[in-house]
Amino acid sequence: MAKRVGMEVSIAAAEAVKQANVDVISAYPITPQTHVVEHLSELVANGELDAEFIPVESEHSALSVCLGSSAAGARSFTCTSSQGLALMSEITYITSPLRLPVVMIISNRTLSAPLSIWNDHSDVMSIRDCGWIQVFTENGQEVYDHVFYAYRLAEDKEVLLPVIINMDGFILSHVIEPIELIEQEKIDQFLPPYQPLHRLHPDHPVTMGAFALPSIFAETKKAQEVALRSSLSKILEIWKAFGDMTGRYYNPIETYQAEDADTLLVTMGSFGETASVAVDQMREEGRSVGLVKIRLWRPFPFEEFKKATLNAKQLVVIDRAVSVGGPGGPVASEVRSALYGEEGHPVVYNFVAGISGRDVTPSDFIKMVDKAEIEIEEGNREGYEIYGVRE
Amino acid sequence: MTKPESEWKWQELPVGNVVLEPGNASQYRTGDWKTLKPVLNKELCIHCGLCYIFCPDMAYSLNAEGFFIADLFYCKGCGICAKECPTGAITMVVEEEEK
Repeated sequence: MAKRVGMEVSIAAAEAVKQANVDVISAYPITPQTHVVEHLSELVANGELDAEFIPVESEHSALSVCLGSSAAGARSFTCTSSQGLALMSEITYITSPLRLPVVMIISNRTLSAPLSIWNDHSDVMSIRDCGWIQVFTENGQEVYDHVFYAYRLAEDKEVLLPVIINMDGFILSHVIEPIELIEQEKIDQFLPPYQPLHRLHPDHPVTMGAFALPSIFAETKKAQEVALRSSLSKILEIWKAFGDMTGRYYNPIETYQAEDADTLLVTMGSFGETASVAVDQMREEGRSVGLVKIRLWRPFPFEEFKKATLNAKQLVVIDRAVSVGGPGGPVASEVRSALYGEEGHPVVYNFVAGISGRDVTPSDFIKMVDKAEIEIEEGNREGYEIYGVRE
Repeated sequence: MTKPESEWKWQELPVGNVVLEPGNASQYRTGDWKTLKPVLNKELCIHCGLCYIFCPDMAYSLNAEGFFIADLFYCKGCGICAKECPTGAITMVVEEEEK
């Protein structure tokens, strides 16, 4: 029987990385990522995990190490937040076209300035187009679970792409939750050792990271784009296998009370649990409100998203990052693009909320739904605002 | 290279754009970048090999007669050899005019 243990989510994440039997861990400390990496360094130092722990002088180097070790055929892990991710961003764009299956947890934190250590999604949105598979988690169990399938998915010969697991900083990373640990034998069965397609080895010399002339660059990008888009079918297949093993089935788009709802909240990450409480309260009052949670951010699951939302009259999309000077938050932009070609699609009202870790409670979600419904009723079909700003 | 890069279709590229054929950079003609090419006056040459040492593209090699000659398939025409030659034996000549 699987053991259920109360533990800090960052520690659970590190335990998952240990159970995934990684070969190389490289990281540079930054709040709120630190507990994940600290715990991993202890596991390596205590001999509980047979891996190379490579402390480096910056996040740019941390991912460079993982890129190199992955190219040599090692299962590699890194973890970062905020400014660290910004410094690492150059290498994120290199890892994916090289098709190296690195897995990274981002303990999501606000990008400066002003300096803030608290949670929002501005860090990962800054590398939105880096070509990694990107998923968002809602609770500690999901963070723990996602590590296992992330490696199996990343290393699948039909996929071979790096994976980012987003975990809301502090809100998830620093809370203690009951985590159901999976037995090691099951993990070992689910996650076979990494068998690289190509790797750096003196007996079979290859060149990785060669330059491309304009006459071939577009072909390389098309190949990368197709690889990321077509990973969706593998993601579904592996989530099914993971569900069959654990009883926990994951979907690109998760729904709650959504089927018959006129108004749908759309969230990503830890917002989902709070929003579901708000949905329960509104349902009790007889309101037709449901919830749609985006788990898979890249590749964006357009068909699944449309299926979940096209019957609604309005979507209240809650972003956790600002796209300054843009058309609204990044999630809302994506949602509007997804729906634009559909006749009679729902109206999208967009709030940016909870930036820099400001609490968003169930009553806040209710207030946002109230406001959106009134605004849309009054004819505002392109609403966008930063929620709760003092004026 | 099995074929010029301008003929590759996206489906044919190796995963990760890995180059599977070691050393195939030698098939890349950098010589067509140049406007000037080095011409050696053999009477002034003292066989010191400084052109060979300084050439950033390793285009120079020793021929059977003991002269260092630039391979124009690789020579980009930078002129470093002419600059470094202690006897002024190498002159950079506009490639088009010389033809």
